[in-house]
This record gives sequence, structure tokens and C-alpha cells, in this order.
Amino acid sequence: MTGPMTPRYDDPLPQRQVALIDLLDRLLSGGVVITGDVLLSIADIDLVRVSLRALIVSVDAETRPLWAGPAPEGGLPDVR
Amino acid sequence: MTAEETTPGTTAAEGLPHGGDAVTYVYAVARDSAALREAAAELAGVGGAAVRVVAGTDGHGDSSGPGRGSRSGSGSGQEGPDEPGQVAFVASSVSARDFDEDALRRHLEDLEWLEAVARAHHGVIEMLAGATTVLPLRLATVYLDDDSAREALDAGHDGFVQLLARLEGHVEWGVKIYVDAPAETTGAATADDAPAPGTAGAGLGPGRSYLRTRRAQRSSRERAHEAARTAADRIEAAGHAYATDRARHRVQQGELAGSNGENVVNDAYLLREDRSQAFRAEVARAAEDLPGVRVEITGPWVPYSFTTPPDGMSEASGTSDASSAEGRPL
Repeated sequence: MTGPMTPRYDDPLPQRQVALIDLLDRLLSGGVVITGDVLLSIADIDLVRVSLRALIVSVDAETRPLWAGPAPEGGLPDVR
Repeated sequence: MTAEETTPGTTAAEGLPHGGDAVTYVYAVARDSAALREAAAELAGVGGAAVRVVAGTDGHGDSSGPGRGSRSGSGSGQEGPDEPGQVAFVASSVSARDFDEDALRRHLEDLEWLEAVARAHHGVIEMLAGATTVLPLRLATVYLDDDSAREALDAGHDGFVQLLARLEGHVEWGVKIYVDAPAETTGAATADDAPAPGTAGAGLGPGRSYLRTRRAQRSSRERAHEAARTAADRIEAAGHAYATDRARHRVQQGELAGSNGENVVNDAYLLREDRSQAFRAEVARAAEDLPGVRVEITGPWVPYSFTTPPDGMSEASGTSDASSAEGRPL
């Protein structure tokens, strides 16, 4: 239940292996963002993230708000 | 056994970058303590580099920011490292060549590189979390040197203290809901709406047969989504009962998501450690009686998804752009 479903990554570290996609969810959109250095700006990271998303999510991916606020009528939005 | 073996392009990994070539990669903020320093001393970070603690300046430099009042009595600099108010970065050196703007833009599109850095980042944070409360930073937060990092640490001091207090004793659990993709011809799924697949093709023209099959698939998908909705309601109720907060991530799609059905919910819950067990038990039961719906729990995670300050702290306001991970009070 807590492990990755597909243990296809070699584990270089002693800790439990987590699925890369779950990790990227957290590392690319979570974590504290602090500014203050000339090397990187938040905007750059966001730009990168945009192009990176293309790799991780499918072409027609869009963020579909589910249960944001009151429940939408008729259950879940249709897939297509 | 370190990330260095799997960090393509980080040729500077073994000769730890020194001098002008090295920049400071920061992983996390934590309260400075003997336990933190002990844990950090044993760790290898990105590229296999030794991890170190970068403590803030006594008195925290800039005193012009708002919210400094609470610190006004402590500017005399006699705080020891174990003083609860003192925070530190956990950092390591990385090659400037790998982390300047252009290189990073390229690297972050290289999944192998990204994975190596992400796992190294996560590895450091996980190990630290065994010793103390950790406030994780966004992947690839880099400063020119330790002094530059220290300035940022000092500037964000009050907010960091606040967030650390909020996350203390908490863990994050990921909860994902999947709707299993209906098989092309599933007898059970089509029973209500259409003849069994075998007879459908026999008695009807190809066009009507196709339409029937389509309608049956559609309807079974709708039912599965309705069931997923029920599971989500139950999980949300469990969240209300046990969780401190919830954040939503975008649903997982694409190559990395694998083919485990359609992911319709990808949430993270912040839980006090002593409430985790009960929450997990309820979540695990949520889809028990719902065919076609699967719930997956991941964790415990260091609370990556809950680092947005409660009241718009300035140094972390950049997280507000992360629409895919909004903290939402329950």
C-alpha cells in the first residue's frame, strides 16, 4: 500500500523507494519557494516546469478541478 | 550507493566542486540543533556531495521586515544552536556548471538527470526528518555561496519558524483514487444496457453494434466515476475527522503515471502522526465495496505539499503560483 507500484527504478539509496511521479508532484509543486539568488529566478523554474510537464503528462492534459468547493452536478467530469 | 552513480552529466560529482565552480544547493530548513548536525553529517546529497548545515546569522541581519517584533529581544547574539528560534539550511555544494540557468533548463527536461537529483533531494530530506522537523524546499534551490544562502535564511527566518511550528509532529499522506479503465468488452459492465458482446455482433449491423458497445462503455464509465465520487466523499469525511489540512495535486497522466487506470483524485493530507493510523484505516476502506474504483495511499511523506504559509508570508509567496498544489483548510 505504501510502496511504489512499479519497482522499475534501481534504488541507489537505502531508503524506501517511492514512485518518481509521486515524488515529482511534491518536489516540483511543493516545497518552500525562496528567492534571492541571481542564478535562478522563480520564473525560470516555472518556465522549465511548463516544458517538463509536456514530458510527464499527456498532450491533452489539463488541470481538472474536482470537488473544488461545492460538488459538481452529475458526479465526476467526463473523461473526454 | 550514493546518487552520484546515477547522476548523468554531473561529472564533478566525485571531485566535489570546490572554489569558483561550486554553488550552494539547499535542501531544507530546520531548527538548528545537535541532532540536526549529527544527521546532516552522515548524508550525501546531489552528486554524492557531503551535506552540511548553514546556520543563520545571529540577529538575522535585516531587521526591517514585518513581524520582527517577536525577535526584537534576541538580537544580541547569545543564542546557542539549540535555541528553538534558530533555524538553519541544510545544504551541499554542487557544480555551478550543472546548476546555472541554461544548464538547469536543459537538465530539467532530462528525466534521468531529474530523477537522480529528485531522489538525492528527497533522500536528504527523509533522513533529516528522522532527526527533526523539516521544512523542505523546492527542488533545485541554489545560491551562489553559503553567504548568499544565509542572507535568504535570515530574511525568511520568522516565516520558517512559523512553518516549522505548524508542521511539527505532522506527516503527509498521499491519497489517489483510480477508476479502472473498462475493458473493451466486459460482460458484466454491459449487462444492463446491451446484449452480451457475443450476441451483439451477431444480431445487429456493425454500426448499431458499435453504438451499443459505445453506449455501454460510456455508461459503465459513468457508473465507475460515480463510485469514485463516493469513495472521494468518504475520504474527504475521513480528512475532516482526522487531518489538519489537505492539498490537491493535479491528476497523474502520461508516461510516468503508468497504466493503472484513470487517476481522478491526487490529494495530499497533512496529519498529526498519532492520527495517521485511523485515517489510513478509513481511507483503505473507502472503496472496499465499490467495484472499478481503487484507492492508493502513499507515505508517510515529509509534508512537501504543506509548505505554503497560512497567511501569505512574503518569502514563500511564490508558491501561490503552484495551482497544482493548493493548501486548503478543511
